[in-house]
Amino acid sequence: MADILKSEQSPSSVEHIEAEKGVDQPFLDATELILNMGPQHPSTHGVLRVILKLDGEKVLNTECVIGYLHRGVEKIAEHRTYAMFNPYVDRMDYVAAVSNGLGYCEAVEKLLNVEAPPRAQWVRTILTELNRIASHQLWLGTHALDIGAITPLFYTFRDREEILKIFEKYCGARLTTHAFRIGGCLYETYDGFEQDVKKFCDFVTPKVDEYETLLTTNRIWLERTKGVGVLKAEDCIDLGVTGPVLRASGVKWDLRKAQPYAAYKNFEFDIPTGQNGDTYDRYLVRVAEMRQALRIIRQAVDSIPEGPIMGKVPKVMKPPVGEIYHSIEAPKGELGYFIVSDGSTQPYRVRVRPPSFVNLQALSKMVEGALVADVVAVIGTLDIVLGEVDR
Amino acid sequence: MADFSNYLNSNLTPGQAGAHLWVVIYILIIFAAVSLAVIAMNWLERKILAHMQVRLGPMRVGPHGLLQPIADALKLLIKEDIIPENADKLVFWMAPLVVVITAFTTYIVIPFGPTHAVTDMNIGILFMLGVASLGTLGIIMAGWASNSHYPLLGSLRSSAQMVSYEVAMGMAAVSAILMTSLRGTGVYGIGSPTADAIGTLSMIEIVRAQMNQHVWFVFKFFPLGLAAFGIFAIAMVAETNRAPFDLPEAESELTAGFHTEYSGFRWSLFFLAEYAAMIAVSSIAVTLWLGGWLRPFPHWLSGDAWDTAFSIFPAFTFFVLAGMALRTTVRMPKHPYFKIQKAGLGVFGLLLGGIGLVLLVPPVRDRVQDIYWFAIKVAAFMYLYIWYRGTFPRYRFDQLMRLGWKFMIPTGIGVLIATALVGVL
Repeated sequence: MADILKSEQSPSSVEHIEAEKGVDQPFLDATELILNMGPQHPSTHGVLRVILKLDGEKVLNTECVIGYLHRGVEKIAEHRTYAMFNPYVDRMDYVAAVSNGLGYCEAVEKLLNVEAPPRAQWVRTILTELNRIASHQLWLGTHALDIGAITPLFYTFRDREEILKIFEKYCGARLTTHAFRIGGCLYETYDGFEQDVKKFCDFVTPKVDEYETLLTTNRIWLERTKGVGVLKAEDCIDLGVTGPVLRASGVKWDLRKAQPYAAYKNFEFDIPTGQNGDTYDRYLVRVAEMRQALRIIRQAVDSIPEGPIMGKVPKVMKPPVGEIYHSIEAPKGELGYFIVSDGSTQPYRVRVRPPSFVNLQALSKMVEGALVADVVAVIGTLDIVLGEVDR
Repeated sequence: MADFSNYLNSNLTPGQAGAHLWVVIYILIIFAAVSLAVIAMNWLERKILAHMQVRLGPMRVGPHGLLQPIADALKLLIKEDIIPENADKLVFWMAPLVVVITAFTTYIVIPFGPTHAVTDMNIGILFMLGVASLGTLGIIMAGWASNSHYPLLGSLRSSAQMVSYEVAMGMAAVSAILMTSLRGTGVYGIGSPTADAIGTLSMIEIVRAQMNQHVWFVFKFFPLGLAAFGIFAIAMVAETNRAPFDLPEAESELTAGFHTEYSGFRWSLFFLAEYAAMIAVSSIAVTLWLGGWLRPFPHWLSGDAWDTAFSIFPAFTFFVLAGMALRTTVRMPKHPYFKIQKAGLGVFGLLLGGIGLVLLVPPVRDRVQDIYWFAIKVAAFMYLYIWYRGTFPRYRFDQLMRLGWKFMIPTGIGVLIATALVGVL
């Protein structure tokens, strides 16, 4: 792999590798092929670039090249006040913007030593869980599309639309919502919010079954996903993999249970886990998570407490000198914010622990010895968002 | 001119009758009809797939997007034609031609009716399978000439796939050919036990054999015919590189597979060839198993009354289509923006109705109904193709090979042997 890494310094690296390789090898020695997958490729979920070393269709080695979507989000934070940086986090994992906001707001609240009022906690939980469903729906659609089933994509997008409508009615934005503020939520829920959410729950429950009818027992789907991209529990822990990918390997680790935040300790829900740690288990775990999220939402909507939605926070936020690490269970895994405060209005340093970035590490291990088609399936099953990988 | 009118009285295909002028006319008609079918198929695929996927599909170009394929064809024609710098130019240029020519050559022996074929060869089915498999050559040429990794991988997949599935397809076809020479009725007594048993490879004679034996071969020696038909139906999807066997152009893996580097009109030739090949292979399936041009139950529901009743079907179909078009015209929004679309759809509906009326005229009616039954069976296959695409994920390369070699070919051989045994006993 060293030669691939070295070649990264050259702009046309792939050509470079091939030229280098050809020096002492006879012409037409086609034992190895270097395939440059991405950054413009239909199924690398954005601008991921994977350099594959192939023997025929078999993958010998892979190298992920990231950074095509780098926007310096962490650096930007050092030049913005705490409140001003809030919308930026939405742009990291843009399909789960609400979760990003929740993690950031809670981290700063911890730093400021304030707490959001219960009503805000409940609304945050509802919106975050809705967002988890939206994120998993988008994942399911695109993952199935990568494997060749084009129809689930349209089903999931149809239903995701309903979630986005609720977001739009709540805060005016559909994707990068900026729904939460430090110390609570800016907006009170609109009239009929509870009914809308309940209606959505009733609407989407049969739809989740519908996705399953297309895939769960589909012979081709089983063949394409069972035993593909297997990741053992030890490997997951060694690589720092979190979220559904970890749980599909049989580790029952969910920050919502392990370190409850927002209002999660008030609700009953299960942590779905898999056994084999293959692509099929990850699929089942995520589908089960959608159902669990609906369960949480139903409980939360029925028990929203009355009261203010915004807590008391100073107009000018100057957290005491110190540092904080706060992490939440985002749809893709553990999303952590490490914030260092120097006592001024701006953070001294913000470090984000993005689940996609860490999970992407596992790609090389998962596709060793697999076929080209599996690479695509594994990229899909890791559920990465390049906005979050590159930040 | 004598040649011209004499042919109409003969009961042969123009090729057999030696009517060269009619051969040319037939070729032109078939070429135009297949191209038109490809255009219609393009629109139908988008629409049907769209409705399976809870969306509308093309709606803007013409009423209900009816003119969308034409707009697309126009776009492809005026697009820049790019040949990559490092491509093997001659091979790159020839590849789409090879694919298109082979796809259209197969139509020579397809019998749309007892006399509606360009010619009838005594080795018709062999000719078809042979020419159809030549298309692979064009795909390999395209992949190789592009001098790029994705097309190369795509074309290698394609060649491996076609070679393996051709064997299974051949096995299934041989069972059908065997059935033409076997008299029996099988366990369930389907068909006529007294019919002549003629072994033949001619496409027209195969259909005639089904007529004489009073059975479509899909039901002969039940369930052997059905099994062979099933193998053929799966293999033909693989043969035409369609979902779920569309590995050579797997867009999520190989961007566009063997035609990644093609653009504009050259690309559209691949498109045309793919759909023409789909129709051609479906035609083989219809000819071998589903009684070709025969109408349903030609013996059980025989007699003049039934003949007339069945011969009204083509006109009836067009009336239904016209009715649908006119109903949509009436239901279109009453906004001035839709005025032209409304008029267009109305005219289209009336045109369909007019065709229906023409089809009611007795001489036309009798000549067209064979083609109608053939087309409707092929259309069913086309619908299946679209349905597969909307339902199935894509097989992986090794799984595809395993399915081909370890399941389809052994089953094909087994069915063939069983057919022979049942026929002899």
